[in-house]
Amino acid sequence: MGNEAIARGIIEAGCTLAASYPGTPASEILPAVAAFAQETGVSIHAEWSVNEKVAYETALANSMAGRRSAVSMKQVGLNVASDPFLRSAYLGVKGGFMIISADDPGPHSSQTEQDSRFFAMFAKVPVLDPSSPREAKDMVGKAFELSEKYELPVMLRPTTRVCHARQTVALSPPEILDRPARFEKNPGRWCATPQYVRELHRQLNDKIARIAMEPDFAPVFTPGDGSFPGVGIIASGVVFAHAWDLLEDLGLGGRVDLYQVTMPYPLNRDFIRRLEAQYQRLLVLEETYPVMELQLKSDKVQGRLTQTIPGEGELTPEVVGRILEKFLGRAETPGAAPPGGGVRPTLCAGCGHRAAFYAIKEAFPGGIFPGDIGCYTLGMNLGAVDTCHCMGAGISQAAGFYHAYAAGGGEIPAIVAAIGDSTFFHAGVPALMNAVMHRARFIMVILDNATTAMTGLQPTPEAGVNAMGQPAQPLYLADLVRACGVKFLRECDPYDIPALMSLLQEAHRYCRTPEGGVAVVIARHPCMLDKKAYERQPVYEMCVTEDCTGCRHCLDEFECPALILNEGTEQVVIDGVRCVGCGVCSHVCPGGAIEARRRE
Amino acid sequence: MKQQIIISGLGGQGALTLTRLLAEAAAALGLEVITSETHGMAQRGGAVISMVKVGPFRGPLIPAGSADLGLFLTDKTLPAHRFYLKPGAAAFVSTAAPGDYFHVDGPGLAARLGLPAVAANLALLGYVAGRAGLFCGAEALEQVLRDKTPERFRDMNLQAFKAGLEVSSGQ
Ligand code: SF4
Ligand code: SF4
Repeated sequence: MGNEAIARGIIEAGCTLAASYPGTPASEILPAVAAFAQETGVSIHAEWSVNEKVAYETALANSMAGRRSAVSMKQVGLNVASDPFLRSAYLGVKGGFMIISADDPGPHSSQTEQDSRFFAMFAKVPVLDPSSPREAKDMVGKAFELSEKYELPVMLRPTTRVCHARQTVALSPPEILDRPARFEKNPGRWCATPQYVRELHRQLNDKIARIAMEPDFAPVFTPGDGSFPGVGIIASGVVFAHAWDLLEDLGLGGRVDLYQVTMPYPLNRDFIRRLEAQYQRLLVLEETYPVMELQLKSDKVQGRLTQTIPGEGELTPEVVGRILEKFLGRAETPGAAPPGGGVRPTLCAGCGHRAAFYAIKEAFPGGIFPGDIGCYTLGMNLGAVDTCHCMGAGISQAAGFYHAYAAGGGEIPAIVAAIGDSTFFHAGVPALMNAVMHRARFIMVILDNATTAMTGLQPTPEAGVNAMGQPAQPLYLADLVRACGVKFLRECDPYDIPALMSLLQEAHRYCRTPEGGVAVVIARHPCMLDKKAYERQPVYEMCVTEDCTGCRHCLDEFECPALILNEGTEQVVIDGVRCVGCGVCSHVCPGGAIEARRRE
Repeated sequence: MKQQIIISGLGGQGALTLTRLLAEAAAALGLEVITSETHGMAQRGGAVISMVKVGPFRGPLIPAGSADLGLFLTDKTLPAHRFYLKPGAAAFVSTAAPGDYFHVDGPGLAARLGLPAVAANLALLGYVAGRAGLFCGAEALEQVLRDKTPERFRDMNLQAFKAGLEVSSGQ
């Protein structure tokens, strides 16, 4: 997998610290770093940091001590780490420092489809854009070398299609760099006050200008045979790979001049000049923002700025195919269109979040439900998540809604924010402190499944294990919540819906007392993907009795994928394959038609 | 040799396992191969698709209307993903319900053999391997199954694979 190829590259390049926060499509990088380190007997500190900013700064210090370091995240993670990111361009690094920011054009699994290359350009950091897993791995070593040569962070920007593609790659033994940690003090640089910053900025500009002339990072040219004089195609990232395959399909492979740009920022100087001198028409293919196009500043260029290419969305082969045909004057091949709809994602059968959402919704029919980022965003389908913004935002938004209604003078609805355990550690703590401090009144439910489930079960700080599988100091949600000044804290297993509902009512009453504030309920049930935890829970044989009236309450309000309507009898039946026997739906049917019997 | 295959199913059904097996088989035969997978949000029960491209391709995605072969782990995702197939290309579906496609009752076979539900996918793979048209033969796939499946699933996977293979040779 692309992410594993990157991880292998990190180990082979002699990197000694890798830090990350999980997020699709970057999540598989860090576990693979840990696995390859163990496999090859290399010593490395690999950690799941509490968030991306922390990951960035931890890795940065290792680089300041002269050692190679890598930090990986998804593109929106770089927003969280933007503060250290921008500053580190000015101050520079010592040991090779690589940022992997995985973009998600489409988007498939993200809140935005922002382009990290644009962010790199903003920060004045060079960025490499691989078109395949193999290339991504090769670029890791090059990135470290470039970073050390110029003492500058270097970004590697894979996209979802590269991260999740698989390909065979050649392996080399890890390089062992004998570099003991040695931090050399230099306050003018490492603490740069404004008086030094201007000079550092000048140095940064100078570095970028020189990198734009590095021959090793110049675009790769595949010349055409002269069939299309004065015409050229420029592509970077996986769009280059799509374009290559499509040209082959059209019988145009090797007939038109094609450039693969491996470093979209800073764009190679000579390359820009050459394009200007030799071509009349150029097509620029890149995801997702016009990074190369803006640097080319040429009216010969067709791309996003000329609306030749859609301004948003993934450049899939279908889209690129149409653009190529038009640009090269070929007849359009009629494309098969994807049908709308499809099967939408839903929480797993037996997921504790579903039970918690159901309880929240039933307890407060007129409530406002600010949500957060994770599997539980899917609670939206259940009508128990009204907002989804960015990590930790649900808590601050709950406070904001409270203040809005409180100041407005009308009736204040019940406000219930739901946040996952991992997200709470990531960005929820400052939001909670702030809400408590400003006397907001709402209920915050921490959906604690003891893992980072959406991205593949990475351990949270409560687990007491690190990314290498070694013991770590556990941190407890309850301790943190209390330390934030919360006076009402209860815990329960959301499977017991009636119990959770009465806790929520109690919490609501607390919020409305004169001395009330933020009430926190921790709804704790392990993720269904955690097989060991599942083996420990009681399993029930479920059956739907003749009392089922086909009212659809369980289907519409609870939406367990194992509950299906038998179109013939108009009654609900249990899909024996998908049902995990959690027994929760027995609390859901208003007529008591779903019965649970303990399976031995 | 160039072949493009899609594998479609519901999240968590096991599309990734089949994708990897096909890719391993191609690599074992010394063929170039690149695959793409669905991860993240859509894995939670939504329709997922994997793609396997065997031959000198650079990109991991198959354009609509270009796949030579489709493996569907359920008939539920047929409407969503069939448009990836070339006109006239075969769709192989793991379902008891007949239709305008080749089908093998993977779930039924698995149940009859007393195997867990995921074994249905291997039955589908066996069925496809038994029909001409795949870039590799049944033996190559069987070898990969032997080499690459974790020991505790090996017998079960081989059993299901062979059951699927038998269905196709019986037709
Ligand atoms: S099982 Fe109960 S809730 Fe579901 S449709 Fe039947 S009567 Fe309604
Ligand atoms: S017991 Fe009910 S809620 Fe639980 S998985 Fe089965 S059908 Fe779904």
